[in-house]
Amino acid sequence: MKNKLHQLKLKYRGKKMAPAFNALHTFLYTPNETTHSGGHIRVADDLKRTMNTVIMALVPCLLFGMFNAGYQHYSAINGFPENFSLFEHFLTWDNFWLGAITILPLVIVSYGVGLAIEFLFAVIKGHEVEEGYLVTGMLVPLIVPVDTPLWMLAVAVIFGVVIGKEVFGGTGMNILNPALTIRAFLFFAYPTWMSGDKVWVHGAVDMAGTADAISGETVLGYLAQGNTTEMFQKYDLAEMFYGFIPGSVGETSTLLILLGGLFLVFSKIASWRIMLSAVLGSLAMGLIFNGIVDAGWIPEYSKFYGLMSFEFWQHLLVGGLAFGIVFMATDPVTGSQTNRGKWIYGFLIGFLSVMIRVFNPGYPEGVFLAILLMNVFAPTIDHYVVRGNVKRRMKRLKTATIHPKTSEEVDALKTETA
Amino acid sequence: MGLLSKKDANLILDPLADNNPITIQVLGICSALAITAELKASVVMSLSVLFVLGVGNVVISLMRNIIPSKIRIIVQLIVVATLVIVVDQVLKAFAYELSKTLAVFVGLIITNCIIMGRFEAFALGNGPWKSFLDGIGNALGYGVILIIVGFFRELLGSGTLFGVPVLGDPIAKTGLYATGYENNGFMIIPPAALIVVGIIIWVQRSRNRALIEEA
Repeated sequence: MKNKLHQLKLKYRGKKMAPAFNALHTFLYTPNETTHSGGHIRVADDLKRTMNTVIMALVPCLLFGMFNAGYQHYSAINGFPENFSLFEHFLTWDNFWLGAITILPLVIVSYGVGLAIEFLFAVIKGHEVEEGYLVTGMLVPLIVPVDTPLWMLAVAVIFGVVIGKEVFGGTGMNILNPALTIRAFLFFAYPTWMSGDKVWVHGAVDMAGTADAISGETVLGYLAQGNTTEMFQKYDLAEMFYGFIPGSVGETSTLLILLGGLFLVFSKIASWRIMLSAVLGSLAMGLIFNGIVDAGWIPEYSKFYGLMSFEFWQHLLVGGLAFGIVFMATDPVTGSQTNRGKWIYGFLIGFLSVMIRVFNPGYPEGVFLAILLMNVFAPTIDHYVVRGNVKRRMKRLKTATIHPKTSEEVDALKTETA
Repeated sequence: MGLLSKKDANLILDPLADNNPITIQVLGICSALAITAELKASVVMSLSVLFVLGVGNVVISLMRNIIPSKIRIIVQLIVVATLVIVVDQVLKAFAYELSKTLAVFVGLIITNCIIMGRFEAFALGNGPWKSFLDGIGNALGYGVILIIVGFFRELLGSGTLFGVPVLGDPIAKTGLYATGYENNGFMIIPPAALIVVGIIIWVQRSRNRALIEEA
């Protein structure tokens, strides 16, 4: 089988469909080609391995999202359990089944449409199919509400892959993170499906207006309306940390995101600098807001009061902040490349995320907007970091006095410069 | 076109496609972004620019030998401003609702780069008839893009054309909306125009490779 495919590849080389064929071929088997000239270092962590590692880190979030979709749905109908027990109320077959039939279609549409476009562009442009969509295709279903209509997701994926990536030259050339481009497109195009208290629980949109109407407001939604006490009655901090709260499919469980983040850091796939500085940035902005509230500069009836008075570190537990920091901000293509740049880039992402979250009038969340904004600025940050480095070294060169050790060396220098 | 010589005909036809003011010269983008959310506004804007540019080019061309070159920009501005005020007053008198939609953008025709650009580049150096054709051609080229963008933005964003619902009623869920289709709110906001114009440029250049600049 393997050899036959290798022979088929040689036979069809240069034909129109060759890139599409090669894509499937290399997906299934290691290519039989080796490099012929020069010195090459062969390592196992190629692009495909990198992508697979990220996907492995995402799988727990996806599975948790499936259980949570069922849990939120049944709890909204039957009421939340009094004495919550993990195995009795959360990890049940019913929850998983409901989550699977609502979330798997999202995954399938995301991958199907996205890869179809990658294939199409590869055939038109005559280059190899790039693996860039593997991670994007997994991220997309995790950052949308459960009940996102599939055709909307398909339209958004087409937009995100074509306008966000292919027009810039494909994988590795994109300025904006494609998954977040897709999310932003959905947010601006179909705001009624992306915000409010109905979209986060499966079935809530369909039942709206009937006698069985259910809803599930997010933590941030409660805070934006100033219902802080009501929110804390419904969810406690542990629930926020473990992720038993309404939200986009895979973003609720801070615990699993943390584990995925550690996994990525230790496998050296994602930058710990960006993650750490983004956390620091969000804490800093949260502290500033808390300070404003403590100083009494903002009245309690202000519409920003609820979110501003939210404890600074609790911002990390709710909404998409943790997910964005770990899986989106660390995208190596759209983030900063220099180490110092990564600190600045990450810090500003955290800082702006919390700021937009508090001040956004339409929607109490801002992580995806902050990351997209910083994606645009990442090359500028890198540029100034590199310039700064060049300048410092030039200065060092100018002020340095070079001591020749022996008279022979001085002579050698003189003859060289002469 | 028996009426026009081939050279004259090119003055009108060139700006429609291969030398389009918006997609090739990338001028007049500001108004293309601002007013194309509705097809009606696009059409009225195109007609206004057609009038201003056609008449303005002729006036400048007639005066070209008596304008001192040092103050030519001021003279050009006065000519455009006069014509724009005429357009503005006509709109206010006969289409008040529409003039409110177009709001400041009618006044901003004065600053539309296409108009000053054609005055500088063409009318100052050519006779009135040729200038007239050039003005009409460029305004049509501008208008074509505006109308294409307006068509897609209004159809996808509001489900209407010229304000008439064509895809059914979004509230009563009839027509296409019965299948779950929804209007795309993204198309209403100005950045969408930038992307639609970008796609038009993309399509145009991939059909005519001669338009692609050297990298």
